[in-house]
Amino acid sequence: MKRVAVVRFPGSNCDFDTLNSARRAGADAYFVWHRETDLEQADAVLLPGGFSYGDYLRSGAIARFSPVMAAVQRFAESGGPVLGICNGFQILCEAGLLPGALMRNSRLTFVARPVALRVEQTETPFTSAYRKGDILRMPVAHGEGRFAADQATLARLEADGRVVVRYVGLDGGALPETINGSLGEIAGICNDLGNVVGLMPHPDRAADPAIGNTDGLGFFTSVLQWGGAPAQLRRSTTFTRIQVTPS
Amino acid sequence: MNFRVHVRVVPRAGLLDPQGQAVEHALSALGFAGAKDVRVGKAIELSVEAASKHEAHAQATAMCDKLLANPVTEDFLVEVEG
Repeated sequence: MKRVAVVRFPGSNCDFDTLNSARRAGADAYFVWHRETDLEQADAVLLPGGFSYGDYLRSGAIARFSPVMAAVQRFAESGGPVLGICNGFQILCEAGLLPGALMRNSRLTFVARPVALRVEQTETPFTSAYRKGDILRMPVAHGEGRFAADQATLARLEADGRVVVRYVGLDGGALPETINGSLGEIAGICNDLGNVVGLMPHPDRAADPAIGNTDGLGFFTSVLQWGGAPAQLRRSTTFTRIQVTPS
Repeated sequence: MNFRVHVRVVPRAGLLDPQGQAVEHALSALGFAGAKDVRVGKAIELSVEAASKHEAHAQATAMCDKLLANPVTEDFLVEVEG
């Protein structure tokens, strides 16, 4: 059985949803406190949502210096699957494990509502259970979810197929209005190797039949079926890379 | 020596600053129609031990690079007293 570590920071509040989702998918999931330095032979690491360290300074800015993050960094760099959900995504960006940043929502409101996502990249350890183009419904709940990056980074993400999920209308069509002002309506991305994935929406809140929506469960089942091959080798056969000519 | 350092962190020019826009609207509603281009950032004050003012400045700049500012979205200005 695959071992899945769920990291808890002071202020994490989706830790149980994330743990339960991983267990429902069939994982041997367990908590790791942020002061630990050992991931206990994890096969995958999940950073849950919440408001780590009260979002002081910037969302995720303090959490990235937690002792456990050095272990997460090493795990990620060795090709281990890491998923950041909401605040977890913010932490991964602050830690430099994912490019860009999550800024205050464009319309100033905390956005808590159901959204629809289109799956753009299935060759990651967390989306392999889906098919490209699948429409997933799950909630968002964030005040700072506006994905921002410089133009060169954005062009590279798009060209390399590193946009993992994108906001679309609830019917799967065009968005009637932006969710949070994210560039390209990007909801989630992955790193260059594909093994580190972050997204603002909450698959952990859409993974229980009791609440009538299991669209998010695939994020947790995918990683259990992931081959565990070095991400770089997988990528060379699965990612379509397009040369971007610097302008 | 001990130096008092003032750090100003502001959203990078050109990036949308919804907080600044909201404050600008509120100022306008108060009758301050001349207030434009409002940007809301952070002011951080700290004391550092350093051999010189120059070294204090370098220390604070390193703090900004590593933690106090986000290199993707923010610019910063360091001022050392004395």
